Amino acid sequence: MPTGTLQVKAISGHSGTVPGAGVQRAEEICKYIDVTTCIGCKACEVACVEWNDMPFQQTTFDNTYQTMPSTAWNYWNLIKFNEHQREDGTLQWLMRKDQCMHCEDPGCLRACPADGAIVQYTNGIVDFQQENCIGCQYCVSGCPFDIPKFNSTTKKVYKCTLCSDRVGQGLEPACIKACPTGCLKFGTKADMRGLAEARARQLREHSGFVHAGVYDPPSVGGTHVIYVLHDITKPELYGGLPANPQIPVTYTAWKRVAKPIALLLSLFAAPVAFFHYISQGPKEPQPQPPGQEVPR
Amino acid sequence: MSTAVERFDDGARARFGAHGRTFVRENELLRHPVYSRVLHWSVAAFFILALLSGLAIYTPWLYRVLTPLFGGGPMTRLLHPWFSLGFVAFFALQLLNWLQPMSWTPDDTRWMRRLKEYVANTDKLEPEYVDFFNAGQKLYFWAIVGSSVIFFISGVPMWFPRAFGRTTAAIGYVFHDLAALVMLVGFIVHIYEGTAAQPGTFHSMTRGTVEKRWAWTHHPAWYLHATGRQPQDDYEAAVRRQAGRSAEGGTPSMPG
Ligand code: HEM
Ligand code: SF4
Ligand code: SF4
Repeated sequence: MPTGTLQVKAISGHSGTVPGAGVQRAEEICKYIDVTTCIGCKACEVACVEWNDMPFQQTTFDNTYQTMPSTAWNYWNLIKFNEHQREDGTLQWLMRKDQCMHCEDPGCLRACPADGAIVQYTNGIVDFQQENCIGCQYCVSGCPFDIPKFNSTTKKVYKCTLCSDRVGQGLEPACIKACPTGCLKFGTKADMRGLAEARARQLREHSGFVHAGVYDPPSVGGTHVIYVLHDITKPELYGGLPANPQIPVTYTAWKRVAKPIALLLSLFAAPVAFFHYISQGPKEPQPQPPGQEVPR
Repeated sequence: MSTAVERFDDGARARFGAHGRTFVRENELLRHPVYSRVLHWSVAAFFILALLSGLAIYTPWLYRVLTPLFGGGPMTRLLHPWFSLGFVAFFALQLLNWLQPMSWTPDDTRWMRRLKEYVANTDKLEPEYVDFFNAGQKLYFWAIVGSSVIFFISGVPMWFPRAFGRTTAAIGYVFHDLAALVMLVGFIVHIYEGTAAQPGTFHSMTRGTVEKRWAWTHHPAWYLHATGRQPQDDYEAAVRRQAGRSAEGGTPSMPG
């Protein structure tokens, strides 16, 4: 992916500081998705495959409106449908545009061992750099949203770029441009968050959705894709959106802290062995030539 | 263990022995036949390749240093599981080959209690009950067996994470790391013990033989079984011969 004018803020598998970090000011960007006005038209899906020059996918039929079970390595944006029966027996259509959330604390980047395979820009976009990817799929297990997808032919992992190529040139993402209802919007994180709060308040106060709220999960430091949901208490209803997305502790506590310490402790065996030889000496086959041991 | 395993081992040892050669000098004993030596160095080669390619992915500090050895990151990742399968395959044969001399006995528990004396080089000669392998060597051997099992169980889900699910891979790699660290420490100690710490030992894995002096010093019970002679008596005889020679003012060269 071309980095254009984007400034890198975090690099996967990278020792030392990030070169050039913090030398430019960049606004944090954000994609706003109002699921309450989504009509499930899939224009965003089409725009995504067109802009990224990917083939259309064969659909599968599972007795619902769901066209395919999940995003794919070459299908980064998918509407998740759910026919939800409310407590009073009425039906509710729940539709959610599923794609990478561009987490502020990305589990994929934390998990990745390859230098530069995943970068995070100062504007918040998390981007995979396939030329550096080693195909280990740690990111797959690090991501709480099941987003990175492996291509077994190229042995690389792919996902939504938040149109980093377009955003780097000052354009909005392709999906945003295609949305006919205006349920998708793009701007700074602060603006989008404000808009989302206002919309959620409107839903609570005027439309009878008393639990309406904004999905911007703090457990991953917030995301650069946020949702307005009719019912923020049950995000799972929206195609399995996790209520409390978690990066496995094995990628935080173990990988960041314990792993390097444990390695250093293990390598300590080498100087111990060396100085054992220097101070104690070897176990020679006996008897040795006559001589005497001096205590020094 | 059944006789099938023994028959397999005996057959393999005979075939390798027919193709290789070990020359045992007058003052020497055969320690490792061709089969054991070929297996040992095959295991070692694959182990080192797996260790280096694994450490490359272990931490960002080593990533840049070690991945070029294997032709870059993607190639390192591609090769690592195959190196480890090579290691496991050869070690499985070594496991069968050494099952009998590696089995743990009450004498080994006794040996472990005097580990401190062993490390401090307190005694010149090992206790009379130390057989073909000492308890430290057995410990290393069984640590490799245990680690290999852990490597395998945790490694397969890391190889095919989609088939096993996110959590399995994310937790599995911690066990993979722990097994690797155990092996790393064991490996460092092993190289030291096999080379500098005990002169003469390395030769047993290259040309297959050790001096008799080496045998009665480090593995007296094995000396007894291999020669039918008392290690203590032969050691004392050697000491007397040496004393006689230095009294004559001759060179203090080592008799067998
Ligand atoms: C390149 C470094 C290595 C050297 C210099 C080395 C040397 C030796 C020597 C000299 C012996 C014979 C000990 C004896 O006869 O008492 C031995 C045995 C053995 N080696 Fe290695 N070895 C190396 C690597 C490895 C590796 C990588 C493994 C397996 C992961 C391994 C596993 C064993 C085992 C299980 C034994 C039998 C028990 C023991 O002596 O500890 N070796 N090695
Ligand atoms: S949603 Fe998954 S792939 Fe996207 S930034 Fe977050 S952790 Fe990474
Ligand atoms: S597969 Fe994922 S974790 Fe592995 S190198 Fe590629 S981006 Fe990084």
